[in-house]
Amino acid sequence: MHNIFGGIAQGVVYALVALSLVIIWQSTHVLNFAQGAMAMFATYIGMTEIDRGLGYWWCVIISVAVGMALGGLTERVLIRPLYGKPEINPIVVMVGFLGVLEALAAAIWTSTTRNIPEPFSQIFYHSQGNLVYLSPFIIFQVILALGIMLVVAALFRFTPLGLQLRASALAPEVSRLLGIRVSRMLTFGWMLSAGVGCIAAVIQASGSFGLFPTDMDGIFVAGFIAAAVGGLESPFGAVCGGLLIGLAEQFILSYWSPNVAPLGGIIILVIALMIRPQGLFTKTAGRRV
Amino acid sequence: MIRVTDLSVNYGAVRALREVSFEAPTGEITAVLGANGAGKTTLLRTISGLVAPKTGEVALDETRLTGVATENIARLGLAHVPEGRGVIAELTVEENLRLGAMAAKVDLAAGLANQYERFPALRDRRRKLCATLSGGERQMLAMARALIAQPRVLLLDEPSLGLAPQITAQLMHTIRDLCASEHLTVILVEQNAKSALRIAHRAVVLHLGRAVASGSAQDIAQDDDLRRYYLGVAVE
Repeated sequence: MHNIFGGIAQGVVYALVALSLVIIWQSTHVLNFAQGAMAMFATYIGMTEIDRGLGYWWCVIISVAVGMALGGLTERVLIRPLYGKPEINPIVVMVGFLGVLEALAAAIWTSTTRNIPEPFSQIFYHSQGNLVYLSPFIIFQVILALGIMLVVAALFRFTPLGLQLRASALAPEVSRLLGIRVSRMLTFGWMLSAGVGCIAAVIQASGSFGLFPTDMDGIFVAGFIAAAVGGLESPFGAVCGGLLIGLAEQFILSYWSPNVAPLGGIIILVIALMIRPQGLFTKTAGRRV
Repeated sequence: MIRVTDLSVNYGAVRALREVSFEAPTGEITAVLGANGAGKTTLLRTISGLVAPKTGEVALDETRLTGVATENIARLGLAHVPEGRGVIAELTVEENLRLGAMAAKVDLAAGLANQYERFPALRDRRRKLCATLSGGERQMLAMARALIAQPRVLLLDEPSLGLAPQITAQLMHTIRDLCASEHLTVILVEQNAKSALRIAHRAVVLHLGRAVASGSAQDIAQDDDLRRYYLGVAVE
């Protein structure tokens, strides 16, 4: 496999989506199926700012800010009325929301792929005259993903806020009895999750393939599988899962055909479910998801 | 003092509480007794704001509690240990305690030290997941978690549930001692009327949502008719 770094680069995007799902699961026990679409939408808004002459980092800041606001708004308006009702309801609503966002994005910005000019060079290195498919941008991606993973892990394990987020998801009624403002925690969980999801979309848009309205669908599926494989409680597991799927797809792409690359995720999922269904890095017993 | 006035609560068509009125005086233990389905748990859940009443009022001294959000009622100094204890099994003992202290803005280190001194068994298990605790240990943890916030009022919903008689006896002693030392106002819901009446100052008896008797614990304990109709077998 000559392009291992290509697999890692794509795996980073999956890892970030998986991280966003770990965040939302840990803080709300709801899985946001519109995560990818919301990230895409917010990134498009950020990208239009580039057209107006703002730099790359402004695009990132705006995308993440819009994403977080969108996440908070979604929780308040769409999800809050559903608490206490069947667990499938938020999933159905989010799938519907996904469709709405993608149609809206296509209507506003058309379906053509858009790029953001990358901040770090995407020109591959050479080693002893051979092309090594590694670029400064890919190094940046990996460092960014690892950094976010450490921040998320530290937040949930070591901070009072992380403890309140976890408690609000595990036992909302008991948490309220202890004086914790559970509804604020849930909104914040959605905002944080959306923010991390946006970073995934921004990186995808910065890459050589760019972003188009339905792009995040496949990426979301891979991120979802990564989170399920890694264990929904483990940021480290999410990143491992994401990288694993990226590498698996690259493997299939290299030796079989690009069209079948998404199989990589499915194969990893099947193997993981056979060996350790509760997730590679979870401590607790299995769970219904 | 907790004052409940004409409290009525409905779950759909079911009338869980019907115009219940009583007072739980400051610094005393008030037992709420009655059979299964009498409305005892509903009463506590209405006081702590988890359930909204149809009519009636709840007040903590001069402050109206009706209509106030549960988390804000907790921040006013009311601690409710729910039925089943509500210990969060996926967290450790210490994490549960830290949660208890969080909203109350008490000194965490001092609070933890106090509770570990009061319940040494918790200190030995501080890093263990609560799923591994026994019933008695969970009860200790639930109490410690409520007390670490230094509440003024303590609502206890069937703390003896599932506990061996010896542990229940110890538990009741602990509640009585805490009430005295911390000057707590305690509302104690119990099906085990015998144990509850031994430590309570006052008692209220609920039957099918109505308060059918209230008075000093001694009077309630000695009333034969009450015992026979509402409290089940021998209360000595």
